[in-house]
Amino acid sequence: MGALGLYARYARASIKGQMQYPASFVFLTLGQFLSTIVEFIGIAALFSRFQNLGGWTLAQVALFYGTVNISFALADMIARGFDVFGPLFVKTGEFDRLPLRPRATVLQLLGHEVRLMRLGRFLQGALVLAIAVTLLDLSWGLPEITLLLCTIGGGVAFFLGLVVLQATLAFWTVESLEVANTLTYGGVTAAQYPIEIYSNWFRQFFTFVVPLSCVAYFPIVAILGIDDPLGWPRWFLYLSPLFGFLFLGISLLTWRLGKRHYASTGS
Amino acid sequence: MPQINVQDLSKTYRVAERRRGLVGLWRGLFYRTHREIEALKGVSFSLDRGELVGIIGPNGAGKSTLIKILCGILMPSSGACEIDGRVPWTDRIRHVARIGVVFGQRSQLWWDLPVIDSFNLLRDIYRVPEVRFRPTAENLISLLRIEQLLHQPVRQLSLGQRMRCDIAAAMLHSPSILFLDEPTIGLDANSKLALRDFIKNLNRDNGVTVILATHDVQDIGAQLLLLLQPLAGLVDIPYRIYFAHLSAGAAIAGIALQISWTVLFIVLGRLLLMHTMRRIQIQGG
Repeated sequence: MGALGLYARYARASIKGQMQYPASFVFLTLGQFLSTIVEFIGIAALFSRFQNLGGWTLAQVALFYGTVNISFALADMIARGFDVFGPLFVKTGEFDRLPLRPRATVLQLLGHEVRLMRLGRFLQGALVLAIAVTLLDLSWGLPEITLLLCTIGGGVAFFLGLVVLQATLAFWTVESLEVANTLTYGGVTAAQYPIEIYSNWFRQFFTFVVPLSCVAYFPIVAILGIDDPLGWPRWFLYLSPLFGFLFLGISLLTWRLGKRHYASTGS
Repeated sequence: MPQINVQDLSKTYRVAERRRGLVGLWRGLFYRTHREIEALKGVSFSLDRGELVGIIGPNGAGKSTLIKILCGILMPSSGACEIDGRVPWTDRIRHVARIGVVFGQRSQLWWDLPVIDSFNLLRDIYRVPEVRFRPTAENLISLLRIEQLLHQPVRQLSLGQRMRCDIAAAMLHSPSILFLDEPTIGLDANSKLALRDFIKNLNRDNGVTVILATHDVQDIGAQLLLLLQPLAGLVDIPYRIYFAHLSAGAAIAGIALQISWTVLFIVLGRLLLMHTMRRIQIQGG
């Protein structure tokens, strides 16, 4: 059985495990949907008072908002194993179990849990995205739809990369570092708005240090069909989601390094 | 040709030294002193296919370290090791596909799932074809008497039941070597006996090489005994490793050593008990 088939088997097992407590699943999902949608209602309320934010309309912001939330929800749904890696695997010594099986450790950790409650955030993102699409009156041809899907894919890869980095650090620090949460949750909150509204150093951090803008701001500007207020060329806007995948690739390389360190220290 | 060849295997851990007090904690953030602990020193041996080997020795003697190295999840500091022509830690995926491992303290199974679901997942993880999987699984299930447990979630099993399922899980892909790290820990007398029998039969009837680390010498009906012993019984002091490719005489010596420890503990315990009882009597009278 190939890697994908095995992943599907892991996912089925995890879902079956969670469905032992169906009420808990329903309430957690609903809870997450409501708590995240409230945030968007707050933004909408602000816009009804101020009309626009540095020239951006509510419908435009909704497109950024919906896309980044969908990406994050999907990544968070599958990356649970990496998220709890420090306390649940390294600290307890449970990690030893994974290299004892003839499969990639990354695959086994992805298969650790498919976190169904994240559907709540996913539904919220999808709803906001739907609102944006109805309000915006854009022409949705094949290139736009492809670019949107690539943006979401690149976003998933990007957030996955962040969590893998966080897990890699746990090989040295044992505990998962809370610093990483500032990048994931903080990143989501920041990328819900067009990054053009932030000050220069902040923008540059989220472009050159962690390429968050490449999987949110740049491609969505291209979808909106406007010229980038920051002045990046059009061809770059289309290519930018690739940096999300590149980021994940680099994270996986450091993961290997961490594994080697673990194999030589055993703790 | 021997199946397992180990030459001069050593493992040294570097441990960060902790300082006492707040000042020490603060200084520890910036620079650390390291202490080296020798967990294994110069272990050499070779084993043929189908042997049953016990590794005994007190806590901290390096039993688990040795097993982890042989399983390929830990790299030694120096020395060489070859198992069926593979170097365990460089050839991990190919190596672990051909061995089975049971850690007494840690379960291989999925906590929330029925046992049979874990078995089926392991079948796919190890790429065992259904035609080979079915008879192997059925055989293990009946030998270990776990038919009744298959549809219970693992979290509901008792320790003895879980251990039987864990051993079945480790054998589903018909490995040629089985590693067991303290498999009888925490089990009652009956479960221990059943487990020992199963392991012995597995070795005798199927020719599986068994390597078993334990505190309990009775676990081993072994032809061979590997003794790991710390130099002065203290954890921090470098260990000297005794290795014996043993004849019956040496095995008896090893067992006698263990028995004499046990006797010593019992005698001391008795004396202490008598002492306290006398004091109670004095106070009561």
